[in-house]
Amino acid sequence: MPINILMPALSPTMKEGTLAKWLKAEGDSVESGEVIAEIETDKATMEVEAVDDGVIGKIVIEAGTENVPVNGVIAILLEEGESAADIEVEVAASVSSPKEESKKADQKREAIHLPPPGNASGNRIFVSPLARRIAAEKGLDLSSIKGTGPRGRIVKADVIGVDSKALVAQEKSAVPQQTTAPSAAPASAGPDAKQLSDMLGMDYEEMPNNNVRKMVASRLSDSKQTAPHFYLNIDCELDALLELRKQINGQAAGEYKVSVNDFIIKAVAQALKSYPPANVAWTDNAILQYKSSDISVAVATDNGLITPIVKAAETKGLRTISEEMKDLAGRAREGKLQPAEFQGGTFTVSNLGMFGIKSFSAIINPPQGCILAVGAGVQKPVVKKGEITIATVMSCTLSVDHRSVDGAVGAQFLQHFKRNIEQPMNMLV
Amino acid sequence: MSENNFDLIVVGGGPGGYVAAIRAAQLKMKVALVEANHLGGVCLNWGCIPTKALLRSSEQYYHMTHAEQFGIKAKGVEFDFKKIVERSRGVSKQLSMGVQHLLKKNKVTVIEGYGKLLGKGQLSVEKKDKKTETLSAKHIIIATGARGRALPGLEPDGKQVWGYKDALVPEDMPKSLLVIGSGAIGVEFANFYHQLGADVTIVEVMDRIVPVEDEEISAFAKKAFEARGLKVLTSAKVQKLDKDKNGVTAHVEVAGKVQKITVEKVISAVGIVPNTENIGLEKTKVKLDRGHIVTNEWLETDEPGVYAIGDVTAPPWLAHKASHEGVICVEKIAGVKGVHPLNKRNIPGCTYCMPQIASVGLTEKAAKEKGYEIKVGRFSFMGNGKAIAMGEPEGLIKTVFDAKTGELLGAHMIGHEVTEMIQGYGIAKTLETTEEDLMHTVFAHPTLSEMMHESVLDAYGKVIHM
Repeated sequence: MPINILMPALSPTMKEGTLAKWLKAEGDSVESGEVIAEIETDKATMEVEAVDDGVIGKIVIEAGTENVPVNGVIAILLEEGESAADIEVEVAASVSSPKEESKKADQKREAIHLPPPGNASGNRIFVSPLARRIAAEKGLDLSSIKGTGPRGRIVKADVIGVDSKALVAQEKSAVPQQTTAPSAAPASAGPDAKQLSDMLGMDYEEMPNNNVRKMVASRLSDSKQTAPHFYLNIDCELDALLELRKQINGQAAGEYKVSVNDFIIKAVAQALKSYPPANVAWTDNAILQYKSSDISVAVATDNGLITPIVKAAETKGLRTISEEMKDLAGRAREGKLQPAEFQGGTFTVSNLGMFGIKSFSAIINPPQGCILAVGAGVQKPVVKKGEITIATVMSCTLSVDHRSVDGAVGAQFLQHFKRNIEQPMNMLV
Repeated sequence: MSENNFDLIVVGGGPGGYVAAIRAAQLKMKVALVEANHLGGVCLNWGCIPTKALLRSSEQYYHMTHAEQFGIKAKGVEFDFKKIVERSRGVSKQLSMGVQHLLKKNKVTVIEGYGKLLGKGQLSVEKKDKKTETLSAKHIIIATGARGRALPGLEPDGKQVWGYKDALVPEDMPKSLLVIGSGAIGVEFANFYHQLGADVTIVEVMDRIVPVEDEEISAFAKKAFEARGLKVLTSAKVQKLDKDKNGVTAHVEVAGKVQKITVEKVISAVGIVPNTENIGLEKTKVKLDRGHIVTNEWLETDEPGVYAIGDVTAPPWLAHKASHEGVICVEKIAGVKGVHPLNKRNIPGCTYCMPQIASVGLTEKAAKEKGYEIKVGRFSFMGNGKAIAMGEPEGLIKTVFDAKTGELLGAHMIGHEVTEMIQGYGIAKTLETTEEDLMHTVFAHPTLSEMMHESVLDAYGKVIHM
């Protein structure tokens, strides 16, 4: 019998993804383990491997199709002795062929994407077709609406007159640890940028949002709207660190090269180890204080921002951190990270020093409690013991989720961090 | 005394009352049903059902006398008028007995007599032998229904001017007939008598017949009636009726001119009045609006413990609306979970003229008046294979959608057997489907119902067979 090749789940939370590319065409023979397609998820591109030997009998989902549900049939593999004639039955039997779905999306009237209703736990949400459409047009999340129809079915009356903003606020207070991306941005009263630009006849190029861009947009809007941010700024002198770096890199003799950022990762991880109250995440019932310092590091890629993780960085030496970072950043830029490599850090470092940015404030990477924004090291006059001397000063700003970290806690963390930066030998001992 | 004490008393045994009583009994209530005349009410005894029986006969006759197009020659086709009427009465009797059986099976206490509220949960029942009994209950549902309206000067006399009851049990077939009013009752009688050969004129005071229907349906019906030889006068007012032993001469004013129409019989079908008099409402806080009892969405009146359902309340005055209200009212009383008030926009209406008319929801005009931006689909019976094969190419199916949301706002049908098809749109409306769901639904071929699909497709410019 022909074998259905299904859309794989690359992470436990993944519900759908984009079928980016087919590496095999219909009629190509494949061996088990051979890469047949690439799939783009929230943050990474992944390869799909064949699990059996055979011939690609039919490609069900064309390359470039978005929102392909996990476990949906994407292609059909024929085993020896089978022909294309065996397929028709299979395709017909798979309910709601996603190909049809994509065709549907082309039609102008159905331009709004109607997600298959279901809540976070995967249970079906009962909603009338009309209510579903009105909710989609208003950008309402059906999982947060209480139905008043037969057996709790969501009906028109439940969605007309509901303000999406009010709903979002209500939903956020109830479920701060939202695992799914929130629905479309709350409706704003005025025209959006496109409408306004069109209205004023402004010239522009339209660049469609990829999954990474959409994910960044939704997670960060979510963070800024729900996590009460406050900011702590501290200056650290870098001269001792720069001196040590010079020595280390000198001894490495080209075998490896430790960057200032590697030191910062180490300093943050070490500070969190000696002062764990800043290594936390907020939930409604409890603050989770993590035992390991898994440092997410913001990396800019062509596709957008991504934060690969140096796990348990407090246990790792500078060289290891450096090598890991190089590998992670490289693969991040190629879109080849495994989901586990960018999901689940406990603290984030964002460094724009290399661009000469003196200082900035970052948005917390939810559900983490803190993010450290690192500016450039700049030589400037400082007063020490009543005398003006010259020092290389790096300005760091900690953005803090006040629900889980208070001002004094954030401040004490920064003292630990500053000490690690200014007396870097301590970290190596 | 305890045997006269109930959880619920229902006053009136029509399609509202008896259904409420049975549902209450199912919910373990001790129920009494008080009925003054026949179980089944007007619907079963003097309305919906016996007229369908009469129309079945007249349509059979019509088809037999119009069989040549099907290659059938029928000579000397005759009808036995007395037997047609007898059959109709037999059908009503059979169904009334059926209701009696259902009530008995559900252990509803049926009390024959005239019920009158005494206030404070008490009801007096005057029985046929004039003896009065007093019943009490925590909840009393008034389901006393309505009767034909008598306009001054046009009052039925039972001889030359008929009300609907008289028209159901005629002794002789009239040669000529004037029907005043073109609602469902009027056009059904007009069709019945016309199909059996009477010279029939319909007079309607509004500017179109079947005025509750969509304007296009009214126009279609008028054309269809006239093509068969029925006469139709709209914007026409009957000023007076002169009766003599030769017949009745009606003075009908049309566009400022009075024309005299002489006929053997006149049927007055000018609407209904609710039966709210002499049932003791004055002893309660129950409020009336133009004679009809005012209730909230749960059928509760202003008097605690007193409810009202069906024709005695607000429109539409339809049997199925009454039954549905009966169930809602009783389930609300019993505290059944998930009871929903009736959405009146989803109540279908059927008229059994030839061609039949059925509709649900807003007409095109009403939708526009309510400010909807609409999409309208139409499909003619001419484009349907089954209709052509059946020799029934006359008809139209019209759908009205909210252009913004795709909500089906209304559906209006005229043509063969559309009364059996309207439920499809009724379900669609109740389930809040959009045009997309209707388009995705596979309609069986060959059926008349396929036109329901095509009409939706037409509203969105995707119609195939037109």
